[in-house]
Amino acid sequence: MGAYEKVLKARNSNRPSGAFFVNRMITKFVEFHGDRRFSDDGAIVGGIGFLNDMPVTIIAMERGNDVNERIKRNFGCPSPEGYRKALRLMKQAEKFNRPVICIINSSGAYCGMGAEERGQGLAIAENLMEMMTLKTPIISVVTGEGGSGGALALSVADSIIMLENAVYSVISPEGCASILWKDSAKADEAAEALKLTANDLYNFDVADKVIEEENMSYDEICDNLKCEILAELSELKDMPIDELLEKRYQKYRNIGKL
Amino acid sequence: MIGNFFKSLYGEKENKVCKKCGRSYTYSELVKHSMICPNCGEYFRMTPRERLVMICDKFEEIDANLTSENILNFPNYDEKLKTATKTSNSKEAVVYGVAEIAGQKFVIFVMNSEFMMGSMGRVVGEKITRAFEMATEKKLPVVGFTTSGGARMQEGIYSLMQMAKVSGAVKRHSDAGLLYITVLTDPTTGGVTASFAMEGDIIIAEPNALIGFAGARVIEQTIGQKLPEGFQRAEFLQEHGFVDIIEKREKLKYTISNILKLHSC
Ligand SMILES: [Zn+2]
Repeated sequence: MGAYEKVLKARNSNRPSGAFFVNRMITKFVEFHGDRRFSDDGAIVGGIGFLNDMPVTIIAMERGNDVNERIKRNFGCPSPEGYRKALRLMKQAEKFNRPVICIINSSGAYCGMGAEERGQGLAIAENLMEMMTLKTPIISVVTGEGGSGGALALSVADSIIMLENAVYSVISPEGCASILWKDSAKADEAAEALKLTANDLYNFDVADKVIEEENMSYDEICDNLKCEILAELSELKDMPIDELLEKRYQKYRNIGKL
Repeated sequence: MIGNFFKSLYGEKENKVCKKCGRSYTYSELVKHSMICPNCGEYFRMTPRERLVMICDKFEEIDANLTSENILNFPNYDEKLKTATKTSNSKEAVVYGVAEIAGQKFVIFVMNSEFMMGSMGRVVGEKITRAFEMATEKKLPVVGFTTSGGARMQEGIYSLMQMAKVSGAVKRHSDAGLLYITVLTDPTTGGVTASFAMEGDIIIAEPNALIGFAGARVIEQTIGQKLPEGFQRAEFLQEHGFVDIIEKREKLKYTISNILKLHSC
């Protein structure tokens, strides 16, 4: 499968979004709303629940399955208040010593006037800084589209897992093609050049694990993902905090080392 | 060191034309006016060299020879790097080192919009990360001048990851109780705005500088309407609570020096 085919597959509306993974993996889920500053962003669903018998905080980007849901979820494009809600829940997780799981599936942070007026750049920047030293394990999973800074704001983590047909890119192939070649129809060329597939990212040491998808239902994929998360957490939970944070810092320090 | 910088400024530079009023000036005349149009007050974009001369009494550059390579084999990136190196007369889109104002030592980095729009790839991210790591080790404040079109897409996911890498180094510097001042200059956008540009303890902006996350064209396409006059300008950001000080270029050195002094005892 070509890179652009994967992009289209990652975006396909039949592909499950954040809420599916939350519902299938987590029991007794309690959703929490709002950033306590401005409003509640429907593009990000967050709360607590059990992963098997372990309480976790889970934060998921959700695109919505039908027209009404999509509008409510702003097509999965978070606003500053979404990132601030996520950070609030992460700080809460730190306080109560719960691991954090982030589910990433978004074409990117919302590019509207209100988002700029309320500090989209600052909201992302604060998450990057704070997640780097959050004193509890963080696992980020890219399940569909990992769109640029808007995805990065939930993926400063101890472990990044990608589904096989997920993509993660600094810019959309269409955006890249239209800037570089003034032709968004060259998106397939751009997708190849950007090297944005899960396997590419695994080779670049950005993704730590890739979950296979071939010949499997989304239920099976999600169950395998859950096993992987449990395995990662059993290791991370016993690590002394200083060691965990040093490892997290070095993970990003060493990506593409000069 | 800084003496060489001064001389290089008065070298063989061409006349510059003000993009607002159209008047032409010799280069040395403009330098004397802090790169501000003497006729209409328009701010010319400044190179790191010009900025360092304007701000610092002393400056010693570090890692001057780090250059980028085409790590993804991205089409035409090698040529773009070559052209950028030639036209900007610099090796990458940021310069960093140790500087002094009025006897106060600090680490400074200055981005360069003439080098591929100041975009951030591995080398830019690495140099700024090293600047913060060095400042943390030597217990020095950091002053950073930003100007950038965002991440450098020719380096793909590596360029995006620089935002996290630099933010980690900024956080460690901050947790060590050290001061970080950012000066946002025209234009500061994209991944740089969404990372170290907005992470300063004190955020200064130059008047009328364009500062934002999304580009104006992208926003207009998203919302299907034209943006109002002054949207994403420094004054707009201050009004919305994101900028501490909008400072005139002629007063920047004094203001930075004063803030450094206020943190020195
Ligand atoms: Zn003028």
